[in-house]
Amino acid sequence: MEIEESRQLTIDGEVCQVPAGTTLREACLQVGKEIPALCWHERLTPANTCRACVVELEGSRTLVSSCSRMVEDGMVVHTDTPRVLHARKGVAELLLSTMMDDVNAPELQKLAQATEADPAHFRVGETLVQPIRDDNDLYVRDYSQCILCYRCVAVCGEDAQNTFAIHVAGRGLQAHIDTGFDRSLPDSDCVFCGNCVQVCPTGALIGKTEWSLRQENEWDEKKIQVTETTCSYCGVGCSLDLHVLNGRIVKVTSPYNHPVTQGMLCVKGRYGYEYVQADVAHLQGS
Amino acid sequence: MSPQHRVPQRLLPDPKIVAQSGPISPQRLQLRGLDQALRRAWGMTVTRMIQEVQASGILGRGGAAFPASVKWQSVRDADAAGKLKYGVMNADESEPGTFKDRVLLETDPLLPLTGLAIAARGVGADKVYVYLRGEYRHLLLPIQRAWEVVEGTVPEAVIPLEVRLGGGAYIAGEETALFNSIEGKRPEPRLKPPFPTVKGLFSQPTLIHNVETLANIALAFRDGAGPFRKYGSASTPGTKLVSISGRVNRPGVYEVPFGIPLTEIIEGEDTAQGMQNGQRLQAVLLGGAAGTFLTSLEVAEAAYDYPALRRFGASIGSGALVVFGETDSLPEVAQTLANFFAEESCGQCVPCRIGTVRIKEMLEQFSLSERQVDLRDLAQTMRDASICGLGQSATTALMSLLDRPVLWSKNVDRGKGAV
Amino acid sequence: MVGSNAAEAHPIIFQHILRGVHQGAKLVVVDPRATLTAKRAHEHYALEIGSDIALFNSLAHVIIRDKLQNQSFIERATTGFAALQAEVTQWPPERAAAITGIDASRIEHLAHAYASAKRAMICWTLGITEHHNAVDNVFALINLALLRGNVGRPGAGLNPLRGQNNVQGGGDMGALPNRLPGFQDLTDAAVRNRFELAWGVPLSPKPGWNQTQMFEAMADGRLKGLYVIGENPLESEANSHHIERIFDKLDALVVQDLFLTPTAERADVVFPAAASFAESEGTYTNSERRVQLVRSALTPPGEARDDVWIVQALARAMGHPWIDKSAEEVFAEVRELAPNFRGITYARLAMAQGLQWPVPHKDHPGTAVLHTRLWQDPVDPRVPFMPVDFSPPVERPTVDYPLLLTTGRRLAFYNTGVQSNVYAHPHNQGEQVEVALADAERLELTEGMWVRVTSRRGWITGPVHISASLPPGVVFLSFHFPDQVRTNVLSIDATDPRAGTAEFKAAAVRVEKWSPSQEA
Ligand SMILES: Cc1cc2nc3c(=O)[nH]c(=O)nc-3n(C[C@H](O)[C@H](O)[C@H](O)COP(=O)(O)O)c2cc1C
Ligand code: SF4
Ligand code: SF4
Repeated sequence: MEIEESRQLTIDGEVCQVPAGTTLREACLQVGKEIPALCWHERLTPANTCRACVVELEGSRTLVSSCSRMVEDGMVVHTDTPRVLHARKGVAELLLSTMMDDVNAPELQKLAQATEADPAHFRVGETLVQPIRDDNDLYVRDYSQCILCYRCVAVCGEDAQNTFAIHVAGRGLQAHIDTGFDRSLPDSDCVFCGNCVQVCPTGALIGKTEWSLRQENEWDEKKIQVTETTCSYCGVGCSLDLHVLNGRIVKVTSPYNHPVTQGMLCVKGRYGYEYVQADVAHLQGS
Repeated sequence: MSPQHRVPQRLLPDPKIVAQSGPISPQRLQLRGLDQALRRAWGMTVTRMIQEVQASGILGRGGAAFPASVKWQSVRDADAAGKLKYGVMNADESEPGTFKDRVLLETDPLLPLTGLAIAARGVGADKVYVYLRGEYRHLLLPIQRAWEVVEGTVPEAVIPLEVRLGGGAYIAGEETALFNSIEGKRPEPRLKPPFPTVKGLFSQPTLIHNVETLANIALAFRDGAGPFRKYGSASTPGTKLVSISGRVNRPGVYEVPFGIPLTEIIEGEDTAQGMQNGQRLQAVLLGGAAGTFLTSLEVAEAAYDYPALRRFGASIGSGALVVFGETDSLPEVAQTLANFFAEESCGQCVPCRIGTVRIKEMLEQFSLSERQVDLRDLAQTMRDASICGLGQSATTALMSLLDRPVLWSKNVDRGKGAV
Repeated sequence: MVGSNAAEAHPIIFQHILRGVHQGAKLVVVDPRATLTAKRAHEHYALEIGSDIALFNSLAHVIIRDKLQNQSFIERATTGFAALQAEVTQWPPERAAAITGIDASRIEHLAHAYASAKRAMICWTLGITEHHNAVDNVFALINLALLRGNVGRPGAGLNPLRGQNNVQGGGDMGALPNRLPGFQDLTDAAVRNRFELAWGVPLSPKPGWNQTQMFEAMADGRLKGLYVIGENPLESEANSHHIERIFDKLDALVVQDLFLTPTAERADVVFPAAASFAESEGTYTNSERRVQLVRSALTPPGEARDDVWIVQALARAMGHPWIDKSAEEVFAEVRELAPNFRGITYARLAMAQGLQWPVPHKDHPGTAVLHTRLWQDPVDPRVPFMPVDFSPPVERPTVDYPLLLTTGRRLAFYNTGVQSNVYAHPHNQGEQVEVALADAERLELTEGMWVRVTSRRGWITGPVHISASLPPGVVFLSFHFPDQVRTNVLSIDATDPRAGTAEFKAAAVRVEKWSPSQEA
């Protein structure tokens, strides 16, 4: 039997014991301190790029990102010093300075509220506002809302899909998600599994149906009913959450804690549902 | 330079030797005593080698001044799993105002490559890489040929060497970004820890040193730790190559002992030979783009050593000294630096990706005093929360300027940058 | 992975496999085509179509010759080793090389790689089973796993990746001619007795017909009436023209489907059905025997009803006083009658996100690994080695039909396209006839040019796609776009009598240039 090693550390004055291999953020959660994070995602390798999850670690010159820093014996950690709160607020203000006020980024907006960030503070120039990329009928890309969290890159790559259709290109504020020379999605290596859409924390990647309904102001989160069922295509048995609005499926996701999918689907599971609600005329024609 | 600070040329070869031998010839190796350095190293156990490095007190010359022996030990210790190990020479030299690695590799490539061979033995590396700044491609062949000369001297030292050319990104000089670049990925810095000595190139234990650090390693093995420490200060043994540019009579690369007064470097007959056209010195930017502005008063007081400079919040960095005269507008210089960082940020993390651009924009649109509070506010976020040294220190020079109002508050009539 | 393009046909399983690969597992793909799956593998063995048994027997040959078998496992848990040895001694790598087209040295290498792995899993899909000797193909793989004791342990095993959402579940529920619900043997009197008691009717001990046998019976007039639930055999079965002819002979055809498929169009009666995954309640069983809930999220359109409801209403209409049961009530009956399902309830399924049968009682966590008993003493009964001999595909290339057609799936589409051709996939450009580079050159074909593909059973036309992933001599078609290309007009209905699966993976064809004017 392997004996699980444990580590002892102090978080905001409270001494605690956690298993080796725990991240600081998980350790904080265990003592009831929830640390905000934007790029971190339960299903993905931490990218630690948003820096909203920084905490103060005694002995460290800079703040450290709690999503990926592993606990060590004797660490003394502070989660809400003025320095920490200042950095968090700075992250929110910087991100907000690149986008319009009406962005669809609930997690960022939550962080902004919690830190009392002023969206206008650093709006002194360049933004990411740009035309929407609407080049296929399954999902739309609006990089004006992108926070460059790298989730889509990770999910398209080794963390799940292994398709490697997208990556970050450019540097500095020009860094952006790219299909390779900005090709349209149908011309790229994309296989339209939509796993990137599922993990995207903003409206940067959004299902075409949801996007169209939002355009017409008909997307109403409160009226959506979610039913968990099983995919009808191949024999893998993927769990589907059908999001139904006004009697129609408008989105399909999969739960991250499901043993088969761990939140991931293929294009058929995610978008291949139209046959149950195709209009009759179309079917009679076929 | 005063006689007490005059050093026989060590890192840079004596003109006599240069006259007698080609830079990549076996004679040069001998004239420089590098055959002896190699033989001494190969006559030692690796434990003894690490002790030698420790005794010589060499600090890394790539900017962070980290004790070389500590890195060696850590790579050495990482062998539990019987892993492959790598040695890397960082020749990406892209820090503005810094050009000493180029001079060193052009005039005497055998010295750092001897150091690389010795370091590879010290840590048990299976393969070595040289990551060469793209613009230095003329040095690619000389480096490979110099490696052959070294290998010819100690045939048992034969391990593969690969030279990789950088693609023009400053950030690729940061060690973990450099690993990513060699691996064929975007040069984005990785989070540390894990440190390179434990998980570096291709996730294997890796020793990475700057060119000049490796040159010092060669000298320490040639002369022994005792003689090596003859120059420099007690806390920082050895000599340093400084790159001097700006309003001096003789810009260039000079070898000086640690601890020498700054004024001597600027005024010295063997070094920069004083200010151009008798201008008065206004400030020195010490350590490169991420360095610190020192006023003329501070320059007059400062000695070129880490503990001495700490008093001014400054450091040696990559060894760059950019000298400004009375007529130079330092707010404009700060703007140039801000442009540089906004251009060179890899774009990975929020504080640096967006912060560097906002700094640049604020300097373009406002005077320093107008947005002083916001600049300081943002600088703190960037310093505290950026992933790597670039974002963490992108505002160091600017902050040092803000902290020294004499350098900008009287430039009333000099454009946007002034008050 | 053998005969499996999981990257396209089972994308989510393939994600799990690649996670293993990133963590150091080694992936070997055996497939005639350089599929997306093969491209992600460490090693790819492109064997001649249908030469599988030659390869597997030769791997067994090398393992036994070099004494790499797990002798203690073989002695404890298996029977018939001597017979296997006798068969595979005739398969030195040189002989297999001549048949498979794979170098003898690579066969040796693969045998050693498989034998040196502490845990090795073999996965396969229809590349193994859509052959006239499907069952032998599977036996040959089982032999390999038994030689190394790669069964009944985590990380090892034999893993057929199920092609459809509920093939496993259909079998579980007794939709096989010789099985009762719970995969129980119809010929076992005790089992039958249990069902007879519960259902109050006598059950015939004689297994029914499998699909191939039904088709034969339709052809010679012994079968007059057919009730088809959720299938489109007119497009999905091999040798379509023949199928059309035998369907014409039926006196009565009842089709229950979501859509008016070409099969439904011929029916005397059509029962419109609700879409199972979104409009009705029930369970599916996936490839790993995980029974999972299906729930209704939408109201079915018009008169469409749950399959369960239709079947029960039909029974009542035929004069049987069946009471109307919900899917969950039917499942309760299954639990009572099938020991493997006894511990499964809808409530537990919801809590546990599915359970892998067998689940013998209500506190049982389900069974992730089958056959663990092979590692517990005594092993009773022991498992037999099943020596098999190689037999080439029924159709070999000839002068008239010089190429071999093999069929398969494409990632974004599914079966005959009834479901998958409805949504707006950007790559939905219809079917293309995939031809190997060398053949395209020889036939002077260019990308997009129209060709006619002819087999002994019929012909189709379509645009050419020149594919670098095909070996010379092989043509590839999917069967997802029957409106446009009726692939199964070409395929051969040579069928494995034991499995009832046709040899979709190998039909001799000829490809020629074609222009639409020729049609008239
Ligand atoms: C943004 C950035 C750029 C850097 N560029 C260089 C460089 O061009 N050359 C170099 O030797 N070190 C560079 N470094 C320092 C390296 O990361 C690393 O500290 C050095 O290679 C270690 O060598 P040393 O131990 O010999 O000093 C850079 C660091 C940062 C943060
Ligand atoms: S598109 Fe979405 S998931 Fe991708 S980097 Fe931008 S915000 Fe993150
Ligand atoms: S600090 Fe700047 S250069 Fe460094 S990782 Fe962050 S964005 Fe990249």
